Amino acid sequence: MTPQDIRQVIIDILERIAPDEDLSDLDDSIPFREQMELDSMDFLDIVMELRKLYRVQIPESDYEQLASMDSTVAYLTPILKDA
Amino acid sequence: MMMQDQLQDENRIVITGVGLAAPNGDSLDEYRAALLAGKSGVQPFETRYIKQPVLAGICHFDEIRHQKRKERRRGTRAGSVSIYCANEAVIDSGIDWENYKKDRVGVYLGITEHGNVETESEIFEISQFDYDTKVWSHHHNPRTVANNPAGEVTLNMKITGPHLTVGAACAAGNAGFIQGLQMLRLKEVDLAIAGGVSESIHTFGIFASFASQGAMAWHEDPAKASRPFDINRNGIVVAEGGGICTLERLPDALKRGAKIYGEIVGYAMNSDASDFVLPNASRQAECIALALKKANLSADDIDIVSSHATATEQGDIEESRALKAAFGDRTTVAINNTKSFIGHAMGAAGALELLGNIPSFGDRIAHATINLDEQDARCDLHQVVANRPRHMEKVEYILNNSFGMLGINSVVIVKKFPAEHGGVYE
Repeated sequence: MTPQDIRQVIIDILERIAPDEDLSDLDDSIPFREQMELDSMDFLDIVMELRKLYRVQIPESDYEQLASMDSTVAYLTPILKDA
Repeated sequence: MMMQDQLQDENRIVITGVGLAAPNGDSLDEYRAALLAGKSGVQPFETRYIKQPVLAGICHFDEIRHQKRKERRRGTRAGSVSIYCANEAVIDSGIDWENYKKDRVGVYLGITEHGNVETESEIFEISQFDYDTKVWSHHHNPRTVANNPAGEVTLNMKITGPHLTVGAACAAGNAGFIQGLQMLRLKEVDLAIAGGVSESIHTFGIFASFASQGAMAWHEDPAKASRPFDINRNGIVVAEGGGICTLERLPDALKRGAKIYGEIVGYAMNSDASDFVLPNASRQAECIALALKKANLSADDIDIVSSHATATEQGDIEESRALKAAFGDRTTVAINNTKSFIGHAMGAAGALELLGNIPSFGDRIAHATINLDEQDARCDLHQVVANRPRHMEKVEYILNNSFGMLGINSVVIVKKFPAEHGGVYE
């Protein structure tokens, strides 16, 4: 999966877990929580969706890597390179 | 004419707002019109695993009228029904909600069951992952705690007073009203958002269990499937829905110039203590008698009896015996049944069945029991309003029966409130 593909996967997940948000002007460099209404349960949803879709196990110590789109894509790119 | 001290009696509890979601109407006006027009809300329904065709009473209210899509995704169908109905009731009440003291509001919602829907869904979900519990949702616990529907209302409406659900099987709708009334009388709250809700059609287990019991209704024409008191009945049509009212102490309601749908003048609850499933006419009759006694009324005073009958043989016959014992052959009373239109709305049944009759204070019409082509002779009641609405000389008192499994019985009696003091109906 390319970084662009991964970004789209994350966008699709965000659309499901935050259906009231407009994601068209999402700034990839800024933490999600500074531009969207997301709480810890929502972040667990992102982790859960990735687990269901790609059997990816993200340890709790790595959750901070999911803070922004840029950091999420950077973190997942090596993990999902063969997905 | 009421004396001033009667109007200032703080033990008098009145209905000042109504919000409902029924399979045949999303508001009291729509619902009442459907009941008078003989319009059913029963439809074919897809449910997981069950091979045979299933019918259900399905609601069509706008889930996102009062709830964000994200809130809906987080929560449950029962929560969504509750949020819709509670908001509609508060809007209908005309209360200045923005400035209302939210710590003086209590939410009391009757439920038949809660949590089955989410548990079944999660088990199905993990079955797609070889039963790996690592994909079990972290939302499962907040969705399945028993207070969920009432709790979701407090989150949505920013209510900081008490909330709880009242687990009372299919007597729950009445039980929610009774709980609200009691908390108002105890001065625990100044406004009770009370009633009953159900999401039960979304659990396959309830259908499968009724089917195993031989108690699940079927008819090629869905509108004809729910047939209480009819010799050709073949069981229950499960429905979802909600009926929620704002209840207030009479002096508070009068002070703010509220419109008053009616006054809850009597109620009772008791237990059969005889069987897990089978009803008990003697205990039901005792419950009716107790409610009448508490209201200081006799059977002669009641104009409409909203029956609980679910279209099971045992249930219909036992309730008929109870009603015969309570009302004899009095021709002054009309007995009707709302389940014939919408099916059995479980935790919402008692609330929806009472609310659908409330407008009869104004139009003096008892809505019908539809699908009653040939009354079962063992349901020996001559007062059942069959198939067509009945015009009444007067409607001053409505008595609402609601009974449930494990032998739980409930009765609520509502009195018309005089228009000169704020009553909705002339």
